Amino acid sequence: MRWRDAAVPLAIFAALAVAPFIGFGQGYSLTLLSRGMIFGMAAISLSLLVGGGGLISLGHAAMLGVGAYAVVVLDHARITEAWMVVPIAVLAAAGFATLTGAIAIRTSGVHFIMITLAFGQMAFFTASSLSIYGGDDGYTLYGRTTLFGTRALEGRLFFHFTCLALLIGCWALVQALLNSRFGRVLQAARENETRTRAVGFEPYRYRLVAYAIAGAIGGLAGVLLANGTEFVAPSYLTWQRSGDLLFMVILGGVGGPHGALMGALAFILIEDWLAKLTEHWRLIFGPVLILCVFFLRGGIAGVLRRD
Amino acid sequence: MTEPLLELRGLRKSFGGLVVTDGVSLDLRQGEIHALIGPNGAGKTTLIHQISGTLAPDAGVILFAGRDFTRLSMAKRARAGLARSFQITSIVPAFSALENAALAVQARSGSSFRFFGRANGETALNDQAMEALAEVGLERRAGVPAATLSHGEKRQLELAIALAMRPRVLLLDEPLAGTGAEEAERLMRILGDLRARFGILLIEHDMPAVFALADRISVLAQGRLIATGTPGEIRANAVVRDAYLGEEA
Ligand SMILES: Nc1ncnc2c1ncn2[C@@H]1O[C@H](COP(=O)(O)OP(=O)(O)O)[C@@H](O)[C@H]1O
Ligand SMILES: [Mg+2]
Repeated sequence: MRWRDAAVPLAIFAALAVAPFIGFGQGYSLTLLSRGMIFGMAAISLSLLVGGGGLISLGHAAMLGVGAYAVVVLDHARITEAWMVVPIAVLAAAGFATLTGAIAIRTSGVHFIMITLAFGQMAFFTASSLSIYGGDDGYTLYGRTTLFGTRALEGRLFFHFTCLALLIGCWALVQALLNSRFGRVLQAARENETRTRAVGFEPYRYRLVAYAIAGAIGGLAGVLLANGTEFVAPSYLTWQRSGDLLFMVILGGVGGPHGALMGALAFILIEDWLAKLTEHWRLIFGPVLILCVFFLRGGIAGVLRRD
Repeated sequence: MTEPLLELRGLRKSFGGLVVTDGVSLDLRQGEIHALIGPNGAGKTTLIHQISGTLAPDAGVILFAGRDFTRLSMAKRARAGLARSFQITSIVPAFSALENAALAVQARSGSSFRFFGRANGETALNDQAMEALAEVGLERRAGVPAATLSHGEKRQLELAIALAMRPRVLLLDEPLAGTGAEEAERLMRILGDLRARFGILLIEHDMPAVFALADRISVLAQGRLIATGTPGEIRANAVVRDAYLGEEA
């Protein structure tokens, strides 16, 4: 069982690594794949909350938004060096997650969903009102984040492999967290909060740390998202986007980060494919997603696990 | 007599108009089994909830080894040495029996804010968890998901989790409930063997078990303690007979 948890994601990583050389090397395909990987990272971070902690957040797009807007603010100030941009963006997202999580995690169930949604909307409206960064219209970056002064990230292949490396790093991190002492407490509290308290743990602390870590990874995904499109708009922070992320996690299966990864890739690829078939693709996509939830118990990961 | 490990003074709790704990004072000493008996709805579980920190009393004081525990969180009480079992089995169903016990070991051994290294691979945790499982006779079921254990085995696991905490006081809420005769006998034997290491507050409906095991018995009726004494004294007490024991004893 354990080898399969690693075998599936490793196969996906290998496929993503060779994809540019087996016919997916054109701009369009690479853009699509990097989008899939970026949302893969975001979904993996959300799966730490949903699958690991039982914390169903409907405001996770705000974490990407904070990361993306950190890039914007720094870009506006002509700060583009990665070793400045990435830590600041990640810390900003982790800080936002810590502040909002400190309140949200005091609630549970539907209240938690609603309060994370509310914080997400707050972030959305804040972004919309930032007129110096284009308000509703968004902000076009002067350029991508630089790496030691070079414009390496503008190279399509370089960007592809940057996304892949960070994706693998995030997957490994979340997988390690879930297997650690910390992850054991987080999962125990999800399954049986009273028992977890009764042996001596305060679940709140573990959940808050998980929330901050998920926010940090979300922020990193936001940095990549901004770089991928060289454009950032409040639409990155809509609650629909948060819903999409939640959907990716459920579609893939909440049993581990590889589920979220598969869910994100499937979501992005199906979305792209349907959009090419018809302009009314949203009408089809909705029911397809609903059918998936009904028939794919345990998500895509659950189907692969079946013997 | 030694200083009590656990002492309740004038504990009071009501739900709306219903007084469920009505000025309860009792104590528990190291090395004794103090049984708490009384009819259904007498307020026994509610009392355990207040001692363990699940519910806050409206009035009164809870002292643990002389320290005021009345307003302490459940987790802090647990780490200080107060372990409880639940009347309705409370385990982590997705974890194996071993992981359930290891979680309790983990709570008292080092920080749990460790983000790397497989918790499942920590031999120090696993060895102590296995010891606790062995004490209740569950070592051969260590790897089984807790959800698939039989009812009796879950009751054993419940006790093993409490033991894995290495507590000073055990609060056991009907540990024999729903177990077969053989399992009940085995659990009773285990409790008898454990007595010396803890103070045990035992809620139990199985009267023969209570009278065989307990050093002292307190009787609760409608939230009020109506008697405390040795098994012999309780058996001879006319008030208790009327309120609870009936022809049973
Ligand atoms: N959370 C609650 N809210 C209201 N009433 C409660 C609650 N918990 C217990 N009770 C009531 O308190 C009384 C004592 O319950 P309990 O402590 O479970 O009794 P016992 O364990 O002795 O059978 C019962 O009448 C029960 O209905
Ligand atoms: Mg009860």
